[in-house]
Amino acid sequence: MSTEDSPAGFDLDGAWRLDDRVSIRPERFGALLYHFGTRRLSFLKSPTLLTVVRGLAEQPDARTACAEAGVGAGELPRYRAALAALAASRMIEPRSR
Amino acid sequence: MSLVDEFQYGLDAPICLTWELTYACNLSCVHCLSSSGRRDPRELSTVECKALIDEFERMQVFYVNIGGGEPTVRPDFWELVDYATEHHVGVKFSTNGVKITPEVARRLAGSDYVDVQISLDGATAEVNDHVRGPGSYDTAIRAMRHLADAGFENFKISVVMTRHNVGQLGEFKAIADRYGAQLRITRLRPSGRGADTWDELHPTAAQQRALYDWLVAHGENVLTGDSFFHLAGYGEGDLPGLNLCGAGRVVCLVDPVGDVYACPFAIHDTFLAGNVRGGGGFTSVWRESELFTSLRSPQSGGACESCSAFDACRGGCMAAKFFTGLPLDGPDPECVRGHGELALAGVTSVPKPSLDHSHRRRPVPVTIGMRRPPDRACDENPLAGFRR
Repeated sequence: MSTEDSPAGFDLDGAWRLDDRVSIRPERFGALLYHFGTRRLSFLKSPTLLTVVRGLAEQPDARTACAEAGVGAGELPRYRAALAALAASRMIEPRSR
Repeated sequence: MSLVDEFQYGLDAPICLTWELTYACNLSCVHCLSSSGRRDPRELSTVECKALIDEFERMQVFYVNIGGGEPTVRPDFWELVDYATEHHVGVKFSTNGVKITPEVARRLAGSDYVDVQISLDGATAEVNDHVRGPGSYDTAIRAMRHLADAGFENFKISVVMTRHNVGQLGEFKAIADRYGAQLRITRLRPSGRGADTWDELHPTAAQQRALYDWLVAHGENVLTGDSFFHLAGYGEGDLPGLNLCGAGRVVCLVDPVGDVYACPFAIHDTFLAGNVRGGGGFTSVWRESELFTSLRSPQSGGACESCSAFDACRGGCMAAKFFTGLPLDGPDPECVRGHGELALAGVTSVPKPSLDHSHRRRPVPVTIGMRRPPDRACDENPLAGFRR
């Protein structure tokens, strides 16, 4: 998913968005993310995760963004871990509802 | 496929690239990768540079590492930095600090999209100036003070690891902490003028081991540009980073005249992929050049493939091998298992540099007083005094 270790805890029922300073570049394996503020690079190692991340801002919560992207219940823990890692590296941030 | 595999086979656009804007430099560092000094008259013009930035934007290159030479001596330097950031291409630039005045520092502190690396190769003036020239330590420290005073947080202090400064890691860290900067250390390469000084400057085997241990212990807070992947061969702790040679696969170098090389350490015809002034621009060099296509195909590790460390170090650095006269499918000259040292013993010739923009004479401080009187009246012949 993402290369960074995922710290426990990510609020799937919270509303999230991509940080304004993050640039996404789709790749055949998923996407590259670059944060101009922290100057850090991250990887999305699946096209589905890219769809999830792009959908975050339009969906009421992360759980819905995952469902809309076709993530099944069995896969949800992996996606939750990947989103947690992205939140820890400030690629995505909570938004007020 | 793992990410490392994905990267080995290359991306449609580099993640980042090094762009040396000029070969002109006020210094003459003895290990300069690009043998810089004098400006090349064929340097890309402002208009050509902007067109190249447009191309980077279209390819979604996240950022460019601008270097030189000393890039800030180009009169259009700030114009190009502004143009890049306005076009969503981030800029990290390396400088010896000569143009970082308080005004410039304040301006830099105001942008998220510009990062600064101050080169410093000794934690003391004595060690630094031996490599970078008299006064260069003070220039760098003054630039750091201006950046810190302007509130620029986390600029980088960029150190090339040598035999003389590898024992100063703690002191470098202290300097970085003092100015609110982040330490970045990179490997000395036998490239450019570094070919002439590598024997004297490259860390000893024992120093390499100490450096590895230090990186494993402190590496999370220190940047390395992944440049020590040959040390992954020690294999006893996780070296942070992907530890992959990205040359021609995820990174490359554009030089001041628009020549595209596989990496910043490989300025030689052997690693020249094309020129951005060609019909297809940078994009076609990146995507279609013969050299880059071949670098993206599986590489032979030669004798190294039977070594248990091969999966970790992948045979080390292509440029380091090339410029020390070693075969590309053999061990790195600084192979942690000692295979490089053995191989070096058998080297009979090393490649000649393709380019040299060094100052014709090393700059010397102006001395006032008498020149040495000629031995004889006709002693102005350059060969006078030459003894067989």
